[in-house]
Amino acid sequence: MLKALVIDAGKCTACKQCEMACSLENEGEFNVAKSRIRVFDFHTEARFVPYTCTQCAEAWCQQACPVNAITTDGMGVKVVHDNLCVGCKVCTIACPFGTVNYNASTGKVIKCDLCGGEPACSDACPTGAITYQDVEQGGFDKMKVWATQSANATTTEGPNTPKAGQASGTGH
Amino acid sequence: MGWTGKVLRVNLTNGTVQSEPLNMDWAQQYLGQRGLATKYLVEEIDAQCDPLGPDNKLIFATGPLTGTCASTGGRYSVITKGPLTNAIACSNSGGYFGAELKFAGWDMVILEGKSPKPVYLCVTDDKAELLDASDIWGTSVWKTDEWIKAKHQDPMMHVATIGISGENGVLYSAIVNDLHRAAGRSGVGAVMGSKNLKAFAVRGTKGVKVRDGRAFMKATNDGKQVLAENAVTGSGLPTYGTQVLMNAINEAGASPTRNSREVQFEGAHDISAEAMATPRSTDGEKNLQTNQACFACTIACGRISKIDEKHFTVVNKPEYWHSSGGLEYEAAWALGNNTGVNDLEALTYAQFICNEQGLDPISLGATISAAMELFELGLITTEQTGGIDLKFGNAEALVKCTELTGKAEGFGKELGLGSARLCAKYGRPDLSMSVKGQEFPAYDARGIQGMGLTYATSNRGACHLRSYTVASEMLGIPEKTDPLVTEGKAGLVKAFQDATAAVDSAGICVFTTFAWTLEDIAPQVDAAVEGGWTPDKMLEVGERIWNMERMFNHRAGFTGKDDMLPPRLMKEAAQTGPAKGLVSGLDKMLPEYYQLRGWTADGVPTTETLSRLAV
Amino acid sequence: MKYVILGAGPAGVTAAETLRNVDPTATITMIGGEPEPPYSRMALPYLIYGKVGEDGTYLRQDPKHYDDQRIRYIQGRAGGIDSRAKKLSLSTGEVLDYDKLLIATGANPIMPPIPGSNLEGVETCWTLEDARQILKYADKDSPVVLVGAGFIGSIILEALYLRGCKITVVELAPRMVARMMDETAGGMLGRWCESKGVKVLTNTRVDSLAKGEEGQPRLQVGFSNGESAPADLVVLAVGVRSNTGFLVGSGVKTNTGIVVDNYLQTTAPDIYAAGDCCEGIDISTGKPDMLAIQPVAVEHGRIAALNMAGHKHHHRGSLNMNVLDTMGLISSSFGLWQGAQVGETAKLVDEDNFKYMKLEFEGDKLVGAQCVGMTDHVGMLRGLIQTGFSLGEWKDKLLVSPERLREAYLAVAHAHPTTGPMAPHINTPRVGNHAGASGH
Repeated sequence: MLKALVIDAGKCTACKQCEMACSLENEGEFNVAKSRIRVFDFHTEARFVPYTCTQCAEAWCQQACPVNAITTDGMGVKVVHDNLCVGCKVCTIACPFGTVNYNASTGKVIKCDLCGGEPACSDACPTGAITYQDVEQGGFDKMKVWATQSANATTTEGPNTPKAGQASGTGH
Repeated sequence: MGWTGKVLRVNLTNGTVQSEPLNMDWAQQYLGQRGLATKYLVEEIDAQCDPLGPDNKLIFATGPLTGTCASTGGRYSVITKGPLTNAIACSNSGGYFGAELKFAGWDMVILEGKSPKPVYLCVTDDKAELLDASDIWGTSVWKTDEWIKAKHQDPMMHVATIGISGENGVLYSAIVNDLHRAAGRSGVGAVMGSKNLKAFAVRGTKGVKVRDGRAFMKATNDGKQVLAENAVTGSGLPTYGTQVLMNAINEAGASPTRNSREVQFEGAHDISAEAMATPRSTDGEKNLQTNQACFACTIACGRISKIDEKHFTVVNKPEYWHSSGGLEYEAAWALGNNTGVNDLEALTYAQFICNEQGLDPISLGATISAAMELFELGLITTEQTGGIDLKFGNAEALVKCTELTGKAEGFGKELGLGSARLCAKYGRPDLSMSVKGQEFPAYDARGIQGMGLTYATSNRGACHLRSYTVASEMLGIPEKTDPLVTEGKAGLVKAFQDATAAVDSAGICVFTTFAWTLEDIAPQVDAAVEGGWTPDKMLEVGERIWNMERMFNHRAGFTGKDDMLPPRLMKEAAQTGPAKGLVSGLDKMLPEYYQLRGWTADGVPTTETLSRLAV
Repeated sequence: MKYVILGAGPAGVTAAETLRNVDPTATITMIGGEPEPPYSRMALPYLIYGKVGEDGTYLRQDPKHYDDQRIRYIQGRAGGIDSRAKKLSLSTGEVLDYDKLLIATGANPIMPPIPGSNLEGVETCWTLEDARQILKYADKDSPVVLVGAGFIGSIILEALYLRGCKITVVELAPRMVARMMDETAGGMLGRWCESKGVKVLTNTRVDSLAKGEEGQPRLQVGFSNGESAPADLVVLAVGVRSNTGFLVGSGVKTNTGIVVDNYLQTTAPDIYAAGDCCEGIDISTGKPDMLAIQPVAVEHGRIAALNMAGHKHHHRGSLNMNVLDTMGLISSSFGLWQGAQVGETAKLVDEDNFKYMKLEFEGDKLVGAQCVGMTDHVGMLRGLIQTGFSLGEWKDKLLVSPERLREAYLAVAHAHPTTGPMAPHINTPRVGNHAGASGH
């Protein structure tokens, strides 16, 4: 079952519970500065926008990594392996979404990995602005597109991504 | 754990900063924030000192739950001796500043002395610096916020600052953080200004840990569930904000109107939550754009509003054509009902100016309202007002007075004195609707009897947030009492005062207590910090804090005689509504209250009481 | 099909894997020039200060990876290419037939003409073997002279610093990282280094390298300012040039690097090139240039492979970008960091706190950027530059407050809900779109 974070900024109140849940899950403390999800406050427009990695199919971060420290798991999630990351930061400038960040205290980079399938941010969101949903409907359509392109025998994936049928959950 | 264990002491006179360990014995006795910082203050300053002199100190303090995922766990308080009242001042604010201060690793920052020139304090984790503020002295809160973030190239910084009013000693000037959240009352902004301290900017990346993570998640999740399922915190406040009260309080005949001459405002509906959420006839947009939460808050009562661009207040001022912190109930009442103005857009604009220049809208509205009465009595004329036709109901006059006070210019200088000094100056001290110099808020003591005792005995001058018996008398929380009777109110007020003092010391918002009792809160505190925090211990801490504050005021020169409401509330009966024919029964409640408190008949805590509470 | 890939760096390995992915039956041979598993030169500094072991520098960790992918990995150096006969001869004597050949031979360090540069203890820092040599000579408190304070020199600088060496860095240019950042940023880096106890000599040349006196460090280094310094180790990092010498007479045209078209094909039939050895398109200028950075090598490798396999892919160009950690001070530059010919600049300078941010606009588009002391969401700079999104009113806001970059990015990205910020980037085939995620 493929799932993705679905963000409805219109429901966000900027309470930052997601940031705290994320930092607790990943850093063992409440520390929004080290959250992998961040709420942007467009104060003058009355808009609050939670923002994190889209686990994009392009995997710019993954392709830029010189030591194969970012790989794609079976759910299409791009995961940083701390034991391999040398802290060169190339992925932080390569990710055009700006969702890979350097953590100076560990000397490694950090990004959203959907908490291994149970994202703490969506659990903590009190308003339903962040949900973790089955993408059955949208996912099926994407799989069709993917299959068509695969039939045309081009690949969209980086060097370490799983082969056809395995990684169709990317792009969320 | 919970506490960071560190206090930052800043000497503005010498320009020095130093870190010192938090007094953990006091932390066990006073918990944090309001209680703990007040303990530091009363130990360190002379209660008789000039609040605007260098001997007064200004403390920014967080609580143990600040910077955690406990719902509303983002609060901080500013504690000092207040210039509006000469009593203890403790103003609580939300937004994101408090949590950021905690993330930088500080429980508390104590500012002492007076800087020889304008400075701002910049704290980035362990690093604290006093930096030159000459470029921002004389600018607004909004400009200062923008300037500091640009200067430090850090939009993630959070800034608490004063506006021009605070620099110029407006006695109810506020400290505003995150553009529109404020430590609003008692003139804490004027104290900051008197120290030549323009702003306090903070960025923290250190994080907060709790004593028992598993227990903490359980307790805070349980707490969030309770808030979500409660009608007020789960639905009323997020949807309507505090403005949910506007029509209800007015219908209950408890809405002080036109300087408390009346108790119901015919224009209340025009400025209510419902009005904010209805598309305007002029441009089809709603005044209310969205709701915003403070840090960690799962209630999200904050209003974000946008003024009609064609409205007279902003038609030539595109700099106000954006969304920002809008009307909360107290501000809507003070600027609206109390001045007789029912123009929602004008009130919103006045609220914007209060945020932009750092003014307490309650005291501002109540002072303008008193001035309006003096004007209608002919005691103030257009000569004093600089031509402003200061009649009740005049929206343009309200707006002009707000602007002038924000910049402490012209008649705004007189308004900046607050209603007590203004009314005394013009020979009618009885027309100031204040206690201990501080204006009371949006609940009439004739229509909600418990609030009379609340105002009279509040340690920081008239205030609803020291014992919000409205919850019981109007909403039935935790149980319904009759707002029109005095029986039982002494005990009710004492219970609310003690519990609230504990809540204000924990790092959370008092609005949680619409749904939470100490039974919900104590487990969250206990999981965060050491010390075995039970509801009983919290209540005891609350009572200790209350008596400590009372003793400070006693040393500052206050006596039982100051536990007094304006004569209008004691003598002029309500003319309409459910309370028709009633005056405040304060005289019936006060002796019982003193007795329940363990105080003398003159309102002084007895030795036995003080020793029982180890104050 | 027989594919031969000359070079086993990021471009070569990516190309080999891409070919395998799109052509499951092909024969793929990848030739490495060093007796090592394919590794990343970028990771060498981390080996030098002990953050990783040698295996931590490998491009792929699984030793069976290339076998599993049925990629034949052999060692050897190119001897010559007969493009008509489609034969590649190796220095080992082996001759390989190919249907399509990819040249991904990377670059070599430039050796400055300094007398004595062949002495023991004078090293470049380019190969794993170089790193092993450096480890031999660079002990804690060893005096070390680093020649060159460009991007690569500065990365080595940090590694030597963290190893505990006493460093003098010598740079011919008036500032550090002169080809990556401007005077303000370079000056900041210089001051930062000095504050960390590194001696920085700009506008200075190394004139001589000689054996040290008896009982003194191994080497004595003479500078153009007349001074000299002892050193246990001298590291040369004055630049790199494309490794193309073996192409003489092959029909593959070279300038500073191999000339390629928009499909990364060389002037010779069925021969492609990728990575540091070639001059791909710089997306900022639309002109060919050698951008010797890892992300470009990978991008080239993938696109070249797709074209070799018959899937036509137009290379729109690569973005020049660098990120550098200089003893804790992190800097980055993107695109036309020198500014557009006609454009506007937003700048924030905080010398005291080592913070700097400069944004370069052309019209209402971001075309270049430099940052010092700013890392959060820094990739958004790439996103804005590479997509070429119109910033509209946000440009004016950024001119006043460049630090609001992140808000600007989100505001602009949200204005393109169906396309996503990288949609105009057409090099890479895409799966679906990024719907359902935030930020679009």
